Amino acid sequence: MATTLKPVNAVVVGFGWAGAILAKELTEAGLQVVALERGPHQDTYPDGAYPNTLDELTYNSRGKLFQDLSKSTVTIRHGIDGTALPYRQLSAFLPGNGVGGAGLHWSGVHFRIMPEELRLRSHYEERYGKGFIPEGMTIQDYGVSYEELEPHFDFAEKVFGTSGSAYKVKGQVVGDGNPFAPDRSDNFPLPALKDVHSAHLFRKAAEEVGMHPYAMPAANASGPWTNPYGVQMGPCNFCGFCSGYACYMYSKASPNLNILPALKQSELFELRVNSNVLRVNLDSDGKRATGVTYVDAQGREIVQPADLVIVSAFQFHNVHLMLLSGIGKPYDPRTGEGVVGKNFAYQNMATIKAFFDRDVHTNPFIGTGGGGVAVDDFNSDNFDHGPLGFVGGSPFWVNQAGSKPIRGLTLPPGAPSWGSGWKQAAKDAYTHTLSMDAHGSNMSYRDNYLDLDPTYKDAYGQPLLRMTFDWKENEYKMTRYVTEQMRKIAEAMNPKTIAVHVKNFGDHFNTRAYQTTHLLGGAIMGSDPKTSAVNRYLQSWDVHNVFVIGASAFPQGTGYNPTGLVAALAYWSAKAIREQYLKNPGPLVQA
Amino acid sequence: MPDDKAFNGRRDFLRKTLAVIPAITVAGYGVATTVASQAAPTLQNPYRPRFFTAAEWAFVNAAVARLIPSDANGPGAVEAGVPEFIDRQLETAYGHGNLWYMQAPFSADAAPEFGHQLKLVPRDIYRIGIAALDRWCQSQHGKVFAELEPAGQDDLLRQLEGGHLDLQDLPSTLLFSQLWQNTREGFFADPIHGGNRGLVGWKLVGFPGARADFMDWVDRNEKYPFPPVSISGERG
Ligand SMILES: Cc1cc2nc3c(=O)[nH]c(=O)nc-3n(C[C@H](O)[C@H](O)[C@H](O)COP(=O)(O)OP(=O)(O)OC[C@H]3O[C@@H](n4cnc5c(N)ncnc54)[C@H](O)[C@@H]3O)c2cc1C
Ligand code: SF4
Repeated sequence: MATTLKPVNAVVVGFGWAGAILAKELTEAGLQVVALERGPHQDTYPDGAYPNTLDELTYNSRGKLFQDLSKSTVTIRHGIDGTALPYRQLSAFLPGNGVGGAGLHWSGVHFRIMPEELRLRSHYEERYGKGFIPEGMTIQDYGVSYEELEPHFDFAEKVFGTSGSAYKVKGQVVGDGNPFAPDRSDNFPLPALKDVHSAHLFRKAAEEVGMHPYAMPAANASGPWTNPYGVQMGPCNFCGFCSGYACYMYSKASPNLNILPALKQSELFELRVNSNVLRVNLDSDGKRATGVTYVDAQGREIVQPADLVIVSAFQFHNVHLMLLSGIGKPYDPRTGEGVVGKNFAYQNMATIKAFFDRDVHTNPFIGTGGGGVAVDDFNSDNFDHGPLGFVGGSPFWVNQAGSKPIRGLTLPPGAPSWGSGWKQAAKDAYTHTLSMDAHGSNMSYRDNYLDLDPTYKDAYGQPLLRMTFDWKENEYKMTRYVTEQMRKIAEAMNPKTIAVHVKNFGDHFNTRAYQTTHLLGGAIMGSDPKTSAVNRYLQSWDVHNVFVIGASAFPQGTGYNPTGLVAALAYWSAKAIREQYLKNPGPLVQA
Repeated sequence: MPDDKAFNGRRDFLRKTLAVIPAITVAGYGVATTVASQAAPTLQNPYRPRFFTAAEWAFVNAAVARLIPSDANGPGAVEAGVPEFIDRQLETAYGHGNLWYMQAPFSADAAPEFGHQLKLVPRDIYRIGIAALDRWCQSQHGKVFAELEPAGQDDLLRQLEGGHLDLQDLPSTLLFSQLWQNTREGFFADPIHGGNRGLVGWKLVGFPGARADFMDWVDRNEKYPFPPVSISGERG
């Protein structure tokens, strides 16, 4: 029934950041590459063009660029005995769709990772003792070191045109960046973006309370930039239509702007849109992939044979495809055996809103997705966890990405929720309010995992992915502690009043409130095939010509946003494919 | 627990079938003709609704006028064209629920953390919700919502919001949150969608709309001095 096409060297499933990076690297290596993207063509022009992109209702409220949930979604439950229910409306997270993926409409916060987080379990055991990590917390080491990834962090920043202020380059203190950040081989490509007034207030207050503010690294260009692929970016004008929108100024890094124009020059590359991959096909003994099967715009099933399959469809789609294709042993939370679906993690957020008098103009509509001022004093293991009894931490920041009034209007506690009183409060508050986040890490647990839902199906008749997820004791302790530290900054700003939004002990995962699209794990990397789905090069332990690229590889959450690490891991994996795998196809690490 | 009633109502609804709807709609319609003419003079523009019946139109106009009233701080939701905005939204994929995953089974008893789990899409929520509320008003006050005094309307909206009204056919909080969400959208969205006429929502709070270039304003502690502009170039 299905049409079988001519074989290609490599097929890339999903064309977001991870897919674009792998496609570029593999065509550079001389491979013929076909990228299959389930969504439509989209680009800065016309999809992000001025003025139509400046439309909060269309892009934010109705989510024009996000995943079409009517076709496919996930189900969610809080525990292994519960019945999962579908995530019917976009709210807690906003997965991407179409060319560029979420990379077209992300915000741009562009972090690396703290070196100790790449060996989190070992680090905690060494510093705090083996008994410190609670029972059921399944955190692991990545199996790759910061030193190994550093050149790839550096290159990705140059590709993205990242603005920032370094602290240490080659062991020398060079600037006023984050003093907790690890050593770098080079400065940021572009100087840090200016502080908006809210960020300025945060910087001042953080210094007053003895913390160490720094400009957030942002893939929103602070000036003109030509990246290593010869693509040009222009300076960001803080338009405020950033997170959830394509950038009309060609200032926010996206696969569409920063990689695709270079890829299109290559005759080895083909991008097929409206091509939804159903599964990776395996040979009869299940040890080698033969290609993929996808459904095209007309609903036809098409087989694309390939020697190499790159799964880069975003964190949970990667896991979904592995489960649907039978790659790797599905994880069972009862026995703790199996690997695919294991260690699903997220971001543990808290927020403080500060409301000022009329003489403080926070003008929240002025902003850029990645810009702002942060402190790392309570992130990662930059503070002594010993007496606190929890694992993890959080950067705090004012990251004013542009708040528009439908979604971004917040009123002080006690304000009327509608009517004339609401109107007065809205008038008084909107341009005099700022928001700061504790962007906390979330650890992985034996019973937070992903598998296939027994009931609900997608538009292609395949079972939906099921998320079993809830907050744990460690997460409440961590977020409540760090939020109290952040409150000191908020109070030092002398606002009229503040509102603290933090989880109470026992609060369940709430799917209704946006909490970032930083979904992590499920196809984690590691050094042991019994406890990880992919090896340190993101190669499937079980099917050696399948590489699974994305935040699915993170064994647990981190305080930082994931994309900087996703990009570095993508380049790291590509290097291993180019330099080792192509010469001698087979497992890059012996199990 | 304030939610108890809503909870039962939700369950009751699921037990019934959608077959009850036409009857309610027809009943509501009978009351509507008089109400509509009463509500008409407050309308700034003779928009003819495509989705809403006359009775529903009267309700929407009356309710949004209470949610965002016209007062000393300027025009309210009706003057901003919010009813037109909502009516137009209900003709879009959003109104039909086509942006949502709507495969069965649905779950009337789901914990709130799981979000919307009912079979109802925005069009249903208005159609069923308004009929149920007007029926309730008729039985308690002998009048539909739009015919009540503003104070009585406010009181009812508060009860809806708090989940204290047993509307039988749907949770009252669902009708309220749908209406209030769409009202704010219509007040603050770009006027190309039919609301925010004269950019009144943006002028109220000081949002400059589609200006989207703040190169020279990034680090100033100053009130942004320019009036808003819309996508089509209208200035407020
Ligand atoms: C609003 C928003 C703001 C964000 N801001 C930040 C930020 O500031 N900093 C940060 O680090 N991260 C941020 N993120 C997260 C960031 O976007 C992701 O980490 C990043 O895009 C992941 O890249 P990816 O290539 O793994 O996935 P994606 O970019 O999502 O790309 C995956 C692609 O695969 C396609 N696909 C999926 N399934 C299939 C299939 N079966 N067949 C074919 N194609 C398929 C999808 O349509 C998509 O285009 C943000 C996300 C959102 C939504
Ligand atoms: S804020 Fe800057 S980077 Fe973001 S969309 Fe606007 S111009 Fe582009």
